[in-house]
Amino acid sequence: MEPILQVQHLTHTYSVGTPFQRSAVEDMSFDVYDGEFLGIIGHTGSGKSTLIQHLNGLLRPTSGQILLHGKDIWAEPKKIRDVRFQVGLVFQYPEYQLFEETVYKDIAFGPTNQGKTGEELDRCVREAARLVGIRDDQLGKSPFELSGGQKRRVALAGVMAMEPDVLVLDEPTAGLDPAGRENLMANIRDYHRNKKRTIILVSHSMDEIAQNVDRILVLKSAHVLMSGAPAEVFARADELLSAGLDVPQVTRIAMGLRERGLAIDPAVYTVEALERELLALREGGAAC
Amino acid sequence: MKDAIIETKDLTFSYPADEGAEPALVLKGVDLTIERGSFVVVLGHNGSGKSTLAKTFNGILLPCGGRVYVAGMDTQDENQLLAIRSTVGMVFQNPDNQIVANVVEEDVAFAPENLGVPSQEIRRRVDDALAAVGMSEFVRHAPHLLSGGQKQRIAIAGVLAMEPACIVLDEATAMLDPVGRREVLSAVHRLNQEKGITVVLITHHMNEAEDADRVVVMDDGKVALDGTPREVFTQVDALRSMGLTVPDTVDLLDRLCKDGLDVPLTALTVEACADAIYSAVAK
Repeated sequence: MEPILQVQHLTHTYSVGTPFQRSAVEDMSFDVYDGEFLGIIGHTGSGKSTLIQHLNGLLRPTSGQILLHGKDIWAEPKKIRDVRFQVGLVFQYPEYQLFEETVYKDIAFGPTNQGKTGEELDRCVREAARLVGIRDDQLGKSPFELSGGQKRRVALAGVMAMEPDVLVLDEPTAGLDPAGRENLMANIRDYHRNKKRTIILVSHSMDEIAQNVDRILVLKSAHVLMSGAPAEVFARADELLSAGLDVPQVTRIAMGLRERGLAIDPAVYTVEALERELLALREGGAAC
Repeated sequence: MKDAIIETKDLTFSYPADEGAEPALVLKGVDLTIERGSFVVVLGHNGSGKSTLAKTFNGILLPCGGRVYVAGMDTQDENQLLAIRSTVGMVFQNPDNQIVANVVEEDVAFAPENLGVPSQEIRRRVDDALAAVGMSEFVRHAPHLLSGGQKQRIAIAGVLAMEPACIVLDEATAMLDPVGRREVLSAVHRLNQEKGITVVLITHHMNEAEDADRVVVMDDGKVALDGTPREVFTQVDALRSMGLTVPDTVDLLDRLCKDGLDVPLTALTVEACADAIYSAVAK
C-alpha cells in the first residue's frame, strides 16, 4: 500500500516566546496508507486535536512536514485551499456548524465551493445524504428542525459530499446513545467500503476503535506511543493503562483471567474471540 | 414506607407541537419514587424520555398531567419553586454552558449569593463544596482554562453550595473523556456516601450504573425496568430490544451461559466477571 499522507518530524509549539510556551506535538512521524481505516487514540492533552488540524493545513507546523500524495502541503501556501478539499475534517459536535436554510443547501456548501455545479453537484449531495441515512424528503427541511443525531449526519454529509481523499473524523459519536453511535459508525463503515477512501477516526472510546479500524495510532503527551493492528496494540494493555488510557472491557477481563492463571491470548479484545478462547480451554481441559 | 425525596404520580408530558399537529406524549404516565439518600441511575436511549423526566424533578418542566412532588412540595405550586430548586439541583451535559463567572470561587458562590446567604456562610459553603469535589486548589483559577471533567466538578460544586438534598445529573458525563468521566463519577459517589446526598444520574453509559443502588430504564416514555443493577442487567434480551447495549461482562457471561457453562449473569464488574469465569472454567 502507498502512503497517502506522511507526517514527518512534526512539531507544533503554542505561545512561542512566552512563559506559556508548550509543544502539543513533538517530533511526530507516521504514514497513513491509501484506503486504510486508521484510529487515533490518546487522552485529553495528548496532542490529537493539534495533530489533525495539521493534516489539512489549518495549523502550520512549527517544524517538520505533512506530505499529501508525496508533496509538502505547504510547498505553495496559496494552494492550501486545494488541500482542504482533499483532506476533509469533521470537527467535534459538527452540528453546531450548520447554517443554511435547507439540509440540501447545507450539504451543497462544500462541493459548491469546489466549483461543482448542476448534475454533478446534485449527485454529490444526494449520494452523501444517502450514505449517512438522510432521506430525500428531509433535504428540503431546515437543518434546525432535525434531531441532534440527524443534524450531526447532515454535517458529516457536508464534508463527505466534497469527496475528499482522506476523511478525518474527530469524535464523531460523542454524546450519542449506544444505538445512535452504532448507526453512525455503520454509516461511516459503509462510506469506507463503498468509496474505498482513507478514514482517520479520532476517538476516546477504545471499544469503538477496536470494532472499526484496521490500525491504531496511540498518542501520549505529544508523541506516538505505539501503532499497529488492534490485536497488537491491545496486547500491550499494561502500557496503555499506565499511559492513562482505557482498554476495551474484554481486554480487562482477559487480563484478569490471565492473572488467575488461565492461558488466554493477550491479543483477544472482542467478546466473540474471548468466548472462543474460553470454550477451547474447556474442551482441552487445559485450565490451570 | 421510606422517606421519598422525589415522587412522580401518573406523570405525563408533551412538548408544544407545530401548528395543526397533535402533540406527542414524551412521558406517558410515570410513577416513580426516589428515596432520600439513594443513588439512582436512569438509563434509556435518545428519545426515551429520560432527560424530560429529569427536568420535571425540579420544576424546569411542569407536568401536563399527574404530579411531581419534591420533598412533599408540588412542583406546580409557584410559591414553592425556590424551595424546590434549592432542594433538587441540576447539572447538565455541556460544561461550557453552565459556568457564569471568571473565577472558580465566584462561580460556585453564584447560587448562595442569589439566595441571600450571609457572606461568611457563603465563604464556608464555597470552600466545603470545592473540597467535596476535590477542586480546592483551583479556587482562584479561571474556569475556561480547566479540563471538561474539572469544569463539570465546578458545576457540581456550584449546585452543592445551595446545600441541596438531591442532585440530578442530566448526561453530565456525555461530553467528557474517560478520565473526566471517572473524576465526576467518583465525586458524586463520594457525595452520596459521605454527605448522604441523593443522586439521580441520567446516562446512556451502562458501566456508570454498576455501582448504583437502583437502575431505572426508560423506554418510550415509560419505566420499562426498575431494580438493582444485577436485576436489570441480567435482562439481556429486554435491554437489547430497547436499543441499549449490555456491558461486555454481561454479554460474555450470557454467551458462556448459553454455551452451557455454569456462570452467573450477575457478575457485572470486570473483577467479579473474571472470578466467575475462572471458577467455572477451572473446575
